[in-house]
Amino acid sequence: MTIDLTRIKPYGDTLGDGAVQLSFSLPVPYGEEAKEAAKQLAIQMGLEDILVYHAKDLGENYTFFILYGKLVHSIDFTKIKVPKITAKSMDFYQINEKIQQEIKRKITIIGACTGTDAHTVGIDAIMNMKGYNGEYGLERYPMINAYNLGSQVKNEDLLAKAIEVKADAILVSQVVTQKGIHLSNLTELVEMVEGQGLRNNMLLICGGPRINHEIAIELGYDAGFGAGIYASNVASFIVEEMLKRNLN
Amino acid sequence: MATIRLNEDLIIKARDLAKKIALQVNGFVNKRSTVTIERTLLRLIGIDGVNIQEVPYPNILIDQLQERGLLDEGAVKWVIKAMITYGMAPQEVAESADADRINWEDCRGVSSKEVQEIGYQFAKESLKKITAQKLERERLIENLSEGEKPYLYLIVATGNIYEDINQAKAAARQGADIIAVIRTTGQSLLDYVPYGATTEGFGGTYATQENFKIMRKALDEVGVEVNRYIRLCNYSSGLCMPEIAALGAIERLDVMLNDALYGILFRDINMQRTLIDQSFSRKIISYAGIMINTGEDNYLTTSDAVEAAHTVLASQFINEQLALQAGLPTEQMGLGHAFEINPDLEDGFLLELAQAQMIRQIFPDAPLKYMPPTKYMTGNVFKGHIQDAMFNFAGMLTNQGIQLLGMMTEAMHTPYIHDRQLAIENARYVMNNIKHLSGEIEFKAGGKIEMRANEVLENAADMLEKVEEIGLFSAIEQGMFADVSRTLTGGKGLDGVFIKRSDYFNPFEELLNTELQLGREA
Repeated sequence: MTIDLTRIKPYGDTLGDGAVQLSFSLPVPYGEEAKEAAKQLAIQMGLEDILVYHAKDLGENYTFFILYGKLVHSIDFTKIKVPKITAKSMDFYQINEKIQQEIKRKITIIGACTGTDAHTVGIDAIMNMKGYNGEYGLERYPMINAYNLGSQVKNEDLLAKAIEVKADAILVSQVVTQKGIHLSNLTELVEMVEGQGLRNNMLLICGGPRINHEIAIELGYDAGFGAGIYASNVASFIVEEMLKRNLN
Repeated sequence: MATIRLNEDLIIKARDLAKKIALQVNGFVNKRSTVTIERTLLRLIGIDGVNIQEVPYPNILIDQLQERGLLDEGAVKWVIKAMITYGMAPQEVAESADADRINWEDCRGVSSKEVQEIGYQFAKESLKKITAQKLERERLIENLSEGEKPYLYLIVATGNIYEDINQAKAAARQGADIIAVIRTTGQSLLDYVPYGATTEGFGGTYATQENFKIMRKALDEVGVEVNRYIRLCNYSSGLCMPEIAALGAIERLDVMLNDALYGILFRDINMQRTLIDQSFSRKIISYAGIMINTGEDNYLTTSDAVEAAHTVLASQFINEQLALQAGLPTEQMGLGHAFEINPDLEDGFLLELAQAQMIRQIFPDAPLKYMPPTKYMTGNVFKGHIQDAMFNFAGMLTNQGIQLLGMMTEAMHTPYIHDRQLAIENARYVMNNIKHLSGEIEFKAGGKIEMRANEVLENAADMLEKVEEIGLFSAIEQGMFADVSRTLTGGKGLDGVFIKRSDYFNPFEELLNTELQLGREA
């Protein structure tokens, strides 16, 4: 069976069946009309053969649905382009060695959870000595001076500290993204760094569960890391990029 | 109920050590007050509202008194002096002070006898209001009945109090027993309580007196419909811990997050400030019949849940003793812990059971507050739903007091309306299905669960021994809790701490101490 990469559809058990599951709530009272409304919305999403398998009265005139259908749309997989971080990931030892031999000095990385965000799980996993899941954090790297400023750090304080310690890279973690608060926060830092004329002297990197490389580039960062990233991934990028830009 | 054999001598020893630690802390605390404690007192005598720049009047008064070096005599004393000097009500004093029309020097002449007379009167009246709310709660529970334990605890966090109401009411109809309104990110670091009904928050909704009132009313309404008293929870934590406790007492909140160490470790609030604030806030909470929830669960988000299990227990012992010394009955102590062991660990569930069952037996009368998995929730909602089911299983089997229901969308976004429905369905299914299981089984003597529980208990007792030796302040400096180190003079809010003068006056605390039958203040 050959798969036509120019016309890719969701797959359930038969190639091209377009099988999709979805669930959502509607602000309407539970009943046959509610189910029909859910079905018609699904049709507008491009589904056919729709089955509303589950509908539940949530009270306050809200209803929850679980439904399945077949998607009519397809996508040309050969045309998909996603900006990606190209740096090859090195391990703890390779990174330290590369810094020692090619940058020939310790590099300085400063990180924080900025704004009102108090969720330090991400920045701690990357920076703290212990790291995460058995992967050491940046503080453990002998060739890296790592400063974790913690949570709820103001952009101006982060930048002031970055200048003070002559940071080569700033890591910003943003977890709370309700109503786009992270975007204004992240943009503000870029503007401040540019305002100080320091944009070419340091790498700006952001991370968080809802961050990806594409968003990061759009916001004016050098890289963005989402979930499932370890300190070594971030450090690899920083080292490669510093060498590429002659920041040593 | 199935029990594990625990080393009882070690429990007694640990409790005794924790008591000594708490006494050391209170020796320090009793000599001091803070700006937020003083603002609490002003709120209790009826000062409320904000000026044109939206600065709360209690803050305006405290700032003026602090600038003039009068605060260490107690804010209530000076406000009463101004009342008598100018013939004004408390609120008028506040508004006049804002307009710079109070000359504090002119108020010096008022005798302490006059001040005390009015002060004790104020204290009596405000405690009467709090008692009325406590009785109202008891009356409503009597009339409506309440959910069975573990209480199902659900959060709402839309940022808009009116949207929160829709979500909360729906959750109550679906089976929630407690509704917690999560605060907006950053509120814990505000050194004032925002004012009025609010509709703009991030990751939560501002805790304000008006928002408390609005939500209370909504839950009372839905409670009548579902014939079940619905408890309301908010946060007596951060830089305004006692002020929020007082507002919660006045607006009949039933549950408040209140931890002696949480703010220090996780919000970098100065340790002196938090420990002083927790003491007074707990006295109000005790008197109001509010249940506290402590935050030990958070330790496991920064430390490994297996390695750091004993730090949770040690902290629970300390929280228990600090709470007892603030007059809090055991029945109001929702000591916290969490289901946070890496799900990939072989026999991880056995370790979770060991921890939950051990804590259940060590604090038999406390309505333990059990927190769901968060750290290892991944965005795979299907797996997450099973993790939450395992958590519900552990909670029911070990008779926890409060089950904070896990959401399959944890680590993704604040809960959607159906996330809550699915979480409640999950909990009800599991809990109903195994309702009497704990009475039908026994934990194997000398088995893995029993050995693990005793190992954690031993480590906790060792830790408490060290903490007792060096004192709680140094223990925190050394990072013994949650792998976080804080210094005595670091963190936020130290400038709001002061030593009480010998003629410091706080009629509320005096009356609370009498009512709660606490020893005379040092």
